[in-house]
Amino acid sequence: MPNPTYILLILLLPLASFLLMGLLGRSYIKNASGLISTAMLFVATCLAFYVAYGYFFMYGNVQDVYQKLILFDYTWLEFSKGLSINMGILLDPITAMMLVVVTLISLMVHIYSLGYMKGEERFAKYYSFLGLFTFSMLGLVVASNIFQMYIFWELVGVSSFLLIGYYFEKPSAVAACKKAFIVTRFADLGFLIGILILSFYAGTLDFNTLVQRLTSPASMGLKTAVASSFLGISALTWGMVLVFVGGAGKSAMFPLHIWLPDAMEGPTPVSALIHAATMVVAGVFLVARLFPVFAISAPDALHVVAYVGVLSALFAAIIACTQTDIKRVLAFSTMSQLGFMMFALGVSTYGGEGGLGYTASMFHLFTHALFKALLFLGAGAVIHLVHSNDIQHMGGLRKQMPITHVTFLIACLAISGVPPFAGFFSKEEILLAAFQHNPTIYWIALLTSGLTAFYMFRLYFSIFWNKSYHSHSEYHGEGGFAMMMPMVLLAVGAAVAGFIPFGKFVSSDGKTLISEFHWQFSIAPVALGIAGILTAMWLYKKQNSKPDAIASSLNAWYKAAYHTFYMDELYLFITKKILFNVVGRPAAWFDKNVVDGMVNATGNTTQIISEKIKGFQSGKVQDYAIYFLAGAIALAVCGMYIWM
Amino acid sequence: MMQPGLYHILFVSVALFFIGVFGFFTRRNLITMLMSVELILNSVNLNFVAFNKYLWADKLDGLFFTIFVIAIAAAEAAIAIAIIINLSRNFQSIDVEKTDEMKF
Amino acid sequence: MNLLVLLLVPIITALAVLIMRHNNLVRWTAFIGSSIQLLLSLGLYYAFNKARAQGETSQMLFEQKTNLFNSWNISLHLGVDGISVAMILLTSFVVVAGVLMSWKVEKMTKEFFLLLMLLSMGAYGFFISLDLFVLFFFLEVAVIPKYLLIGIWGSGKKEDSANKLALMLMGGSALVLLGLLGIYLSAGKTFDLMQLSQLQLPIRTQMICYPLLFVGFGIFTALFPFHTWVPDGHSSAPTAGSMFLAGISMKLGGYGCLRVATYLMPEGAHAYANIVIVLSTIAIFYGAFATMMQTDLKYINAYSSVSHCGFVLLGIGMLTKVAITGAVMQMVSHGLMTALFFAVIGMIYERTHTRQVNEMGGLLKVMPFTITLLFIVGFCSLGLPGLSGFVAEMTIFMGAWEHPDTFHRVATVMACMSIVVTAVYILRAVGKTAMGPLKEQYNHLSDATWNEKLAAIVLMIGILAIGLAPGWLNQLVSPGADVIMQKLK
Repeated sequence: MPNPTYILLILLLPLASFLLMGLLGRSYIKNASGLISTAMLFVATCLAFYVAYGYFFMYGNVQDVYQKLILFDYTWLEFSKGLSINMGILLDPITAMMLVVVTLISLMVHIYSLGYMKGEERFAKYYSFLGLFTFSMLGLVVASNIFQMYIFWELVGVSSFLLIGYYFEKPSAVAACKKAFIVTRFADLGFLIGILILSFYAGTLDFNTLVQRLTSPASMGLKTAVASSFLGISALTWGMVLVFVGGAGKSAMFPLHIWLPDAMEGPTPVSALIHAATMVVAGVFLVARLFPVFAISAPDALHVVAYVGVLSALFAAIIACTQTDIKRVLAFSTMSQLGFMMFALGVSTYGGEGGLGYTASMFHLFTHALFKALLFLGAGAVIHLVHSNDIQHMGGLRKQMPITHVTFLIACLAISGVPPFAGFFSKEEILLAAFQHNPTIYWIALLTSGLTAFYMFRLYFSIFWNKSYHSHSEYHGEGGFAMMMPMVLLAVGAAVAGFIPFGKFVSSDGKTLISEFHWQFSIAPVALGIAGILTAMWLYKKQNSKPDAIASSLNAWYKAAYHTFYMDELYLFITKKILFNVVGRPAAWFDKNVVDGMVNATGNTTQIISEKIKGFQSGKVQDYAIYFLAGAIALAVCGMYIWM
Repeated sequence: MMQPGLYHILFVSVALFFIGVFGFFTRRNLITMLMSVELILNSVNLNFVAFNKYLWADKLDGLFFTIFVIAIAAAEAAIAIAIIINLSRNFQSIDVEKTDEMKF
Repeated sequence: MNLLVLLLVPIITALAVLIMRHNNLVRWTAFIGSSIQLLLSLGLYYAFNKARAQGETSQMLFEQKTNLFNSWNISLHLGVDGISVAMILLTSFVVVAGVLMSWKVEKMTKEFFLLLMLLSMGAYGFFISLDLFVLFFFLEVAVIPKYLLIGIWGSGKKEDSANKLALMLMGGSALVLLGLLGIYLSAGKTFDLMQLSQLQLPIRTQMICYPLLFVGFGIFTALFPFHTWVPDGHSSAPTAGSMFLAGISMKLGGYGCLRVATYLMPEGAHAYANIVIVLSTIAIFYGAFATMMQTDLKYINAYSSVSHCGFVLLGIGMLTKVAITGAVMQMVSHGLMTALFFAVIGMIYERTHTRQVNEMGGLLKVMPFTITLLFIVGFCSLGLPGLSGFVAEMTIFMGAWEHPDTFHRVATVMACMSIVVTAVYILRAVGKTAMGPLKEQYNHLSDATWNEKLAAIVLMIGILAIGLAPGWLNQLVSPGADVIMQKLK
């Protein structure tokens, strides 16, 4: 049996790093903080690989089915019998995979930041936040209890907030971190209510029991959940859709994606870690975790997942073609790829051949983490040299930064789905799954995958070819060893990860899924991808006026896409104009004038009355004596009247 | 010679009482007002004594109360005069109309 | 453990403060006195747990009874259950922090600390008395010092605020007194909580007295629409005053609603539950939106207190064991959190001399410790896991969700939605204060001093103890809630 201590250590090492750097970093170990954190994370990564190896090759597989092992369980807060928040470790294939992904990317980012963030004033704080994030993300992936997941879900949200707002003196960064937190928080509301609904019917918060109770047709919980309905939709579907809303917020699905592009205000390594490889896939992970319930009991909710996913993929891809900020292009491409993962889950069914989408989605999650992190790190290196995010200020950098150039090219080929790079395999599986189950989604996805190749190579050619580069600063290098080493490692990963027989390890029901490779099927996507690359080459390899001409011929459409279809403006309108002016201001006014006014009115009335009658208190003794006498006589008269 | 009965004495007492009340209301001089109060008190004393003598001749409660009231009246007069002296120092007058600081 | 100690220590401290000559001695005396209170309350918690572990099952522990006024059946009847212990712990934490935060009070120092001690005595007395008359007495003891604290040491339109606060709270007490007398008369002349809980009060009494008591105590807990003393009172009070007010006084009301109104009058509670839920949902939601428009840090926290205390009343109104447990946890959590929030605001105000968020900016750069606290307390307020607010709110939500009907569901969802609004206003306030470019006039500001740091750390310990390991509080409170629930069924 596996030893839970190792997994606990994987979690606790980043936490220790967070506490150590947060409490002591500023005054005592400022300069060493990066190295200490990195060393701690290195140990955690080794342990994660060890655990994953052990799970996949030694004890995880019992009679050809990968088990869901509960390795650790601690009752954290008990509400009532059966209903409690437990802190536990659930080890199953996707957890093992995520452990590796999270620690690996986090380690790469830790190493990379040693070079990238060197000399920052709040260096130690940066590493402490990275530690907090890594801890929370790991806690999220090992969660054995849906509420435990919610807890760590919120914690990754807050660490993302802290890291986006790292440059807190920059107003745009402040706005971005607030926006990211509030939008995801809004989505988490859905998650929370979803949890409440599911827990009410399942009578438990434990993942395994919950999934089991909500999928076995005999269970009472499932029957009532399906039978009771609100607004014509069954309670279970409501619950699952609401949970998905939470996932959509974190994974930047349309229309809750608006925070992701702005989140690029954070330091670039952070974008690589949080907003590309790990945190944003939490939503996908959540849907995967509850996949049996989606697939077996709430297919309607799964359709929602599929359509939202594919819509986001297309929407983001279109926008990415027009953006000129290198990080924003990557952000939209992340959103698009997350859409791929989502709809892959959406078109999947539980178990057997139909579960291809599930495997594909997780496979894509894995490969995407590698090449997208690499893209961001490459972008970081470029920004480090150019001191600008705008691709119009770049060009011809292939001579200055050969390593970055090659690794970036590998990542671009991977994301575009060119064989034999990693992205090719995972994307083919996704497209195959979509083709088998839902042709509409397949065609949209195919188009999107062509667009992906186009905008990625637009970026590539604009940065490394196009015009020649004239440096203004004295610094010419590519960044030191610390920055190049992770990029090279990730590039190797992005190149070869596709050959992992993923279906053998990860599938919806734990059994081995043998996905056959249909080379005929691959012709269309690959051809489309190469067409996209060639178009990008034709337009952007040399400096010319063709892109501008095309942009102006598409005038209104181009503008709309450039402004991300005015989603931000729409949200601003809703929050600033409606929430603040129509709800907030009247509420404050009402409180000040009506409610408090009533209180004051009571006081004022008393005052007015007493003002009116204060003349009785004349200060003259004889007046008082007369009142007294009059009173005495009146009493006497009354007394006599009663007596007689 | 006819012995004075209870009613005669009560008549005197009532007269004394209302003379006192009238004086208290109409005079503006604090000393005279004090004297009027004394009249009122004494009318009550007279009542006590008279009732004691004519109704419960075998008891002494009325007489005791009278002595009690006289003692209190003495104390009260002392305090009142002290107050009046203070007033006259502060206001240079003992006119009750002018000493109306204690209002609203 | 003799509960009288809890009353004597504050009194002795108050007297000792009176005879001290130097302000410094006064401060140290008050600090030592409050530390003893803290130790005592921790000792009480320990002794309570030990007694329970030894199988002591009676409802109230450490009971003692001394007759005070035989003909009216008034006695000094003391005793604690888990709920009271939780509240006493809260009180002692806030008192220590409050004393530490008043280190710089130079005006009438002696009287200031005297009043603080008096207030804490009132609060302890309120939480440990099992005789309704004595309970009422201590309620009054806890109100009156506040008038002076705000009126003398306050800022801004302090006289107005002090008047409003004292009058509204007195109004509340008047209603409470009426309700208590109603119970007293209809139950055959007894004020004893334990005896009363054995009785079945007549329905008519319950129908009349429940609203009297609930509204009366509710005014203390910012029941909508009687909450307007909260923003004015808090904003005018000195730092420690605000901390005591929000951290302790507002909890007196919640405790009273639970222990007196709901516990003694179950039929009344059931009959009026829906009204309570509607009012508290309004308070939660509308308080949150009203907060969004405030620009003064103290107003922000005061309105957010209205919203957060709405959760307490919501939990009580839901009448399930989990929700009531949650309500008590929310009281403790909110008490600690809001006290820390006011302490941080005090620290910022002392340095910047403004409380307007628009006039600040980038303070994180010059006062990292204080602003880190501001972040933490802000996160606590918006319910971040790992801090106390989350635990309490989630417990209330889980309890509220036990009702399957649409009315309760809608109320719960509305309450859940308020946490998003909370995020908006907290981040707005924190963002404007702490982040953004630093204003030039603030370049020289210094960070927190030792006393401020200590105060903050004391409160942080409480917040983290609940947030990281809520089990102990849950186990402390839920048997108490269970007893109330048995009466409610």
